[in-house]
Amino acid sequence: MKVLVPVKRVVDYNVKIRVKSDKTGVDLANVKMSMNPFDEISVEEAVRLKEAGVATEVIAVSVGPQQAQETIRTALAMGADRGILVKTDAEVEPLGVAKILKELVGAESPDLVIAGKQAIDDDSNQTGQMLAALLGWSQATFASELEIADGKAKVTREIDGGLQTIEVSMPAVVTADLRLNEPRYASLPNIMKAKKKPIDEKTVEELGVDIAPRLTVLEVTEPAAREAGVKVETVAELVDKLKNEAGVIG
Amino acid sequence: MTTLLIADHHGDGLNDSTLKAFSAAKALGGDVHVLVNGSGCQGAADAAAKIDGCGKVLLADDAIYANRLAEPKADLIVSLAGDYDAIVAPATTSGKNVMPRVAALLDVMQISEVVAVESADTFVRPIYAGNAMAKVQSADPKKVITVRTTAFPATAAEGGSASVEAVAAAGDPGLSTFIGEELSKSERPELTSAKIVVSGGRGMQSGDNFPMLEKVADLLGAGVGASRAAVDAGFVPNDYQVGQTGKVVAPELYIAVGISGAIQHLAGMKDSKVIVAINKDEEAPIFSVADYGLVADLFNAVPELEEELKKVL
Ligand SMILES: Cc1cc2nc3c(=O)[nH]c(=O)nc-3n(C[C@H](O)[C@H](O)[C@H](O)COP(=O)(O)OP(=O)(O)OC[C@H]3O[C@@H](n4cnc5c(N)ncnc54)[C@H](O)[C@@H]3O)c2cc1C
Ligand SMILES: Nc1ncnc2c1ncn2[C@@H]1O[C@H](COP(=O)(O)O)[C@@H](O)[C@H]1O
Repeated sequence: MKVLVPVKRVVDYNVKIRVKSDKTGVDLANVKMSMNPFDEISVEEAVRLKEAGVATEVIAVSVGPQQAQETIRTALAMGADRGILVKTDAEVEPLGVAKILKELVGAESPDLVIAGKQAIDDDSNQTGQMLAALLGWSQATFASELEIADGKAKVTREIDGGLQTIEVSMPAVVTADLRLNEPRYASLPNIMKAKKKPIDEKTVEELGVDIAPRLTVLEVTEPAAREAGVKVETVAELVDKLKNEAGVIG
Repeated sequence: MTTLLIADHHGDGLNDSTLKAFSAAKALGGDVHVLVNGSGCQGAADAAAKIDGCGKVLLADDAIYANRLAEPKADLIVSLAGDYDAIVAPATTSGKNVMPRVAALLDVMQISEVVAVESADTFVRPIYAGNAMAKVQSADPKKVITVRTTAFPATAAEGGSASVEAVAAAGDPGLSTFIGEELSKSERPELTSAKIVVSGGRGMQSGDNFPMLEKVADLLGAGVGASRAAVDAGFVPNDYQVGQTGKVVAPELYIAVGISGAIQHLAGMKDSKVIVAINKDEEAPIFSVADYGLVADLFNAVPELEEELKKVL
């Protein structure tokens, strides 16, 4: 069983981003970039499936600029077998990414795609569901547990009310939520080994996919800032302020 | 123009998120029809018909829709999409699961977690955990939108008298099967609609200490939430998580206890009207968004808070 894992290069989750003063976007110059944290979880899950003898090959795929190769290298260092970089300097929306992934699925015929539930830059939470739709595959989003047996995937999903368990036919698209696993750190020897693993490069044109954006970003602004608050000395003072100043209790 | 709103409901009635998303649907400018889809959901359809301003209710009541599985639900919505210019759903886990599938089947880009409707094609949505707001214009012929419900007021649940029209099921592609559900049972108000939320973080040290917070919450009629760290550590179930990738809340009062205030947590609560932080570290970033900060050990402060509240409530 082959597993395809899409990995996105995003601003590191620890970075406090800044909006550009001309309101055209977010300032990405000299900002630390990393693999989308949810994608680390997907890679980890795929590698564990391989270690358990369930998966035979794990392919990490990224759509992005040349530097997205580093993101693929990280996946390879974690245990993925090979990578595919679909090189583009354009900003590709989830629908476009899903269309690109569909082409790669067509070429590679994986039985399972494990994507992240959400990219922490655009916060879209769409790509996995869209890919499943385009392929006519089953989907199991927000997974916190994944078990593969008899050509089916049993997935526990994190939903608003708690947990839901479903069984989906394969091939399937699963999207990883935070509790699926705890991703490993790549060891130095594995980082060295990853340098020798192959990364195939493709272009969007080669794949024949139309990624023209459907959304135009008219402006990007800072959210309204909160006014500075006060420190209270005692619990009694806190309760008094909540009751008599803020008027939110009592 | 006409908009189809996909209702979140519990069979007998509507969830609050539907009434809020209705306001966003209304802001698009045209008529709003409501799709109630499930198994045994006549009650919810009747409730939808009463929403103030509701134009029509479509009821797709069939056993295949019993568990909100994404594939049959998306197929149903797509089968109805021809008559609509926009399809809107609350950004609940159900909406987030189904709507991108609908969008891709219609070959349009979904606009996720909209917080403001500027016009029928222009929307504001948070990106980067709410550290930036993007105003986007959609060129797609049909808009597929999920709505961040905390950003919209609830439309009045009474006042309308729309007709309820049964629509045929769209068939089950048979890709998924429901196995089971483990739902948190709680008498407390649901997090996203609670007027007051009390949340605990890693500082709580153990799930055994959460009853301390729950006592305060019950005095206040509050919902109980948590940080990711508290959920990951197993103190409380996953559906307690507030944040960028959990629930977004905007109550009148949010009390953060033993939570440091990482940007991913702030993303889920910084639009609360009044924020209180209780933390023993005076440098904790949570204090930068708190209206009232108390630097204290929570194991002293929370029981004391319970006593003080008893005096005034
Ligand atoms: C992809 C991704 C998504 C994420 N999504 C979310 C999300 O949706 N929601 C979320 O919350 N986080 C999320 N996080 C995690 C986030 O980055 C932080 O790690 C998390 O919010 C920290 O939780 P915490 O504040 O409880 O723990 P900590 O940061 O460890 O803070 C604990 C706090 O408790 C205080 N404390 C300890 N003991 C006491 C005491 N006795 N009395 C008083 N105070 C005390 C400490 O001073 C400290 O400030 C996400 C992270 C990633 C990478
Ligand atoms: N440019 C990309 N390259 C590779 N994977 C991507 C890309 N964009 C999105 N994805 C995948 O889709 C998931 C969800 O992203 P999104 O729909 O943008 O929130 C991510 O966690 C990735 O697994």
